[in-house]
Amino acid sequence: MALLEIENLTVTFETASGPLKAVDGISLSVKEREVLAIVGESGSGKSVSMLSVMGLLPWTATVKADRMAFQGRDILGLSPADRRRIIGKDIAMIFQEPIASLNPCFTVGFQIEEALKQHMGLHGQAARRRAVELFEAVGIPDPEDRLGHFPHQMSGGQCQRVMIAMAISCNPKLLIADEPTTALDVTIQKQILDLLMRLQAEQGMGMIMITHNMGVVAETADRVVVQYKGRKMEEADVLSLFETPQHPYTRALLSALPENATGDRLPTVSDFAIEDTPYTGASA
Amino acid sequence: MSDIVLEARGIVRDYHIGGGLFGKPRTVHAVKGVSLKVEQGKTLAIVGESGCGKSTLARIITMIDEATAGELFIDGEKVDISSGRLSPEMRRRVQIVFQNPYGSLNPRQKIGDVLMEPLIINSDVPAAERRERAMTMLTKVGLKPEHFNRYPHMFSGGQRQRIAIARALMLNPRLLVLDEPVSALDLSVQAQVLNLLADLQDEFGLTYVFISHDLSVVRYIADEVMVMYFGEAVEYGTRDEVFSNPQHSYTKTLFAATPRADVESIRKRLAKKAA
Repeated sequence: MALLEIENLTVTFETASGPLKAVDGISLSVKEREVLAIVGESGSGKSVSMLSVMGLLPWTATVKADRMAFQGRDILGLSPADRRRIIGKDIAMIFQEPIASLNPCFTVGFQIEEALKQHMGLHGQAARRRAVELFEAVGIPDPEDRLGHFPHQMSGGQCQRVMIAMAISCNPKLLIADEPTTALDVTIQKQILDLLMRLQAEQGMGMIMITHNMGVVAETADRVVVQYKGRKMEEADVLSLFETPQHPYTRALLSALPENATGDRLPTVSDFAIEDTPYTGASA
Repeated sequence: MSDIVLEARGIVRDYHIGGGLFGKPRTVHAVKGVSLKVEQGKTLAIVGESGCGKSTLARIITMIDEATAGELFIDGEKVDISSGRLSPEMRRRVQIVFQNPYGSLNPRQKIGDVLMEPLIINSDVPAAERRERAMTMLTKVGLKPEHFNRYPHMFSGGQRQRIAIARALMLNPRLLVLDEPVSALDLSVQAQVLNLLADLQDEFGLTYVFISHDLSVVRYIADEVMVMYFGEAVEYGTRDEVFSNPQHSYTKTLFAATPRADVESIRKRLAKKAA
């Protein structure tokens, strides 16, 4: 059964210069234990579509979809209170800027225990024990001591580990990772990706990996959705996407990788006829 | 050899952190004796993780900061940045492009003024010619003359990086220091900016010091590569030497950590996962 199903999702923002369609008819689904990567450049609507699943968009956004269901249950029609019971517990999200997404005024221990209190009903010693367990699971050394630290006392990689610990604290069924390694060094990126993939396999989570890095896609995904200007360009399993990309935009993205450079200059997206080729709906 | 644009001998930079109420003063050795040489028209890439001293080194080369010890030569002339010793002519020769195009442009300054300011400060070019040069430079970096009177917020990240590059080139520098110029940009925009840099290098015979932590970009653009680790140059050689035969363990770690986007490694990963 599909974990998350989205059909024909449209997100429109009211702006001073009229409505802006950030997401334009996206359909996608994630199965249990599957890693789906959403690739696209900034402004392609990849984060916005996932934020609409989390219900985290500002009031200026209008979210419309034929269907948005989590484990077969419609989530768009839920009352905010019912929705909050799912969000943060069964669906968790990790954001791009680890240091900015933690509250600087509270210790990381307080912040992780907050989630445990809210969703798992754990308090006091029990919550603390679970927090220590989680810190061990994400590989933070000296967890008891670290729980008392503030975000500014930790490095970017450590903060991202705290975010991951928080996201998996309630054993989510679906983890949405929005550019989890973009702000990090290559060596730390490798560690964080390895950690995410290990946790995904151990806990049997479904995962959505939002990224613009084709290397990250190649290292993590089972299936890939390519998005451009709010629309889906291509959907394929990871091997066929890299082997036989169908859509010109995907080909453009792959050839813009510096490691695939053949000539003197890199081909850019404008060298490919993209606008004329809409998504045909064929998927693997 | 007269065509060596940049030479550094044993550059050291220490930062003294003053003791607070309870803390003792201590010294951070950010750069520990780095030497390098770059010929005209070539690109030296400096690679390393955050905190390894690569940006400190960039600031010293750009003559923003002074080195604690060591000597720096630009075009064979010794650099001394203590007050009054450095001529505008020397300043002109080295320019820098920063990582974050959102932070390095003044939001209240129009693009035209951004481009003309270096000329006002460093030269006595008359106003009409300043304007003309700025217009020419705009088109050189792939922007249009009508962008002249716009503000930075009206541009995308890639366009802003083009503006930053244009500003750096206004004084016809010999050496351009690029501090992670493409790491804040999308893949497709990154390709455009890298192409632009290659075009400009050919046209003006520019020398680049390119700082990056993205090895795939470095492999594409660099002639020579230096790998820095905790303030030391642990690896220094031509691109092919470093990439084909890395010596230091940190360089090897770096190569192993870089995500690979080729079909073969995807196959391997999927096979491993299925097992």
